[in-house]
Amino acid sequence: MLLLDWLYVGVFAVVGLLMAALPLAVVWALAPRMPYPQKTLTYESGVVPFGQAWAQFHVRYYLFGLVFVIFDVEVIYLYPWAIVFQELGKFAFVEMLIFLTILLVGLAYAWRKGALEWM
Amino acid sequence: MTVQWPLEVARAAGLAVVVFTFLAVVAAMLGVLLERKISGWIQSRLGPKHVGPQGLLQTVADTIKLLQKEHITPRAADVVVFNTAPLIVAVAGLLDWIVIPFGPGLIVRDLNIGVLFFAAMASLTVIGILAGGFASNNKYALLGGLRSASQMISYELPMGMALIAVAMEAGTLSTVGIVEAQQGWLGAFAIRQFPAFVIFLVAATAEVNRVPFDLPEAESELVAGYFSEYTGMRFALFQLGEYAEMFAMAALATTLFLGGWKGPLLPPVVWFLVKMYAVVFFLMWMRWTYPRLRLDQLLNLSWKLLLPAGLLWILITGYRISF
Repeated sequence: MLLLDWLYVGVFAVVGLLMAALPLAVVWALAPRMPYPQKTLTYESGVVPFGQAWAQFHVRYYLFGLVFVIFDVEVIYLYPWAIVFQELGKFAFVEMLIFLTILLVGLAYAWRKGALEWM
Repeated sequence: MTVQWPLEVARAAGLAVVVFTFLAVVAAMLGVLLERKISGWIQSRLGPKHVGPQGLLQTVADTIKLLQKEHITPRAADVVVFNTAPLIVAVAGLLDWIVIPFGPGLIVRDLNIGVLFFAAMASLTVIGILAGGFASNNKYALLGGLRSASQMISYELPMGMALIAVAMEAGTLSTVGIVEAQQGWLGAFAIRQFPAFVIFLVAATAEVNRVPFDLPEAESELVAGYFSEYTGMRFALFQLGEYAEMFAMAALATTLFLGGWKGPLLPPVVWFLVKMYAVVFFLMWMRWTYPRLRLDQLLNLSWKLLLPAGLLWILITGYRISF
């Protein structure tokens, strides 16, 4: 049954792609195609664009990306626990308490270090 | 029991076509029309009124118009990525709906990890948005894409916390199981899990880039954000993905917190749609009520308020159930 579930997901992804590409095919058949230099120029509020957009961008985006990866991995651990902790009883709760405390200390550390500031 | 694979593949493909059509018509076309009508009413205007009775066919006409529009690919763009990005967004919006139960038995597939699957598929959108913003090779689009990425990953964590709290209460990740765990009016998780409900609503609004969290496409500073360079149907695919995502969030809020298809008298599907549209209306109402946040305010709200609150609420829920 598990395999069947994921078969549905796979078929949905493939058929979804085809369905999304369908209107693009219609456009290819119906719509005009008349590119000329001014039309294919990058839009920049009507002036001729200077330089490339593919330049360096600020490091703070990476900072948030890193903090996110750390926390997201830890959140994943909470999912299986959330399902079974009722059966495992109080011990599982206390264990998770310790885990969450470490998580909160980590958050406090990142906060204190200024990783959560948008300079 | 033997599984007849070709039959199942055909059934899955059929369902995919049905769900995709449902999204294109109900979420995208009707959603955009509702958005414009409700925006109009809130601003003492009438909204679209001329195409069809009371403007009902406005978005149909728009779609036909968009189908005839030229696809402009900027010559500075990365063509392959530029063309794939709208498809990713549209497909991610579709995949969410696999685990949404419209009524008893009316679900594409009751995955045993339904809620986690939904969260994973919803966050696929960010890849499409980031790809579109980056491939456009346009400064506005790049900024929009980056902002969107930092915003969506920041709000994914509080949303995960809210989902975990609900899963703890229900003892399952299956969306059908969660609906069945909510008994009666007072049993709805919107009451028992009220803090999780609030965290989820705020995070969901941010995840779908809606006002007051619409920085990625802030029209007054970034033109149209990550889809500045997209024209015609490719733009429409981004819109479709966005509305599919918004309706999916409303549907998930209905399923997890508002008791899903349950309700007296009316058929289950009607109850589900009524609740879902109520949440959609709430999101549209918010749009004309709150001004846009600044990026630092937005990130502070997620990291310094919602995330610690979500962790604490998980602890409180765990304590309440364990002891």
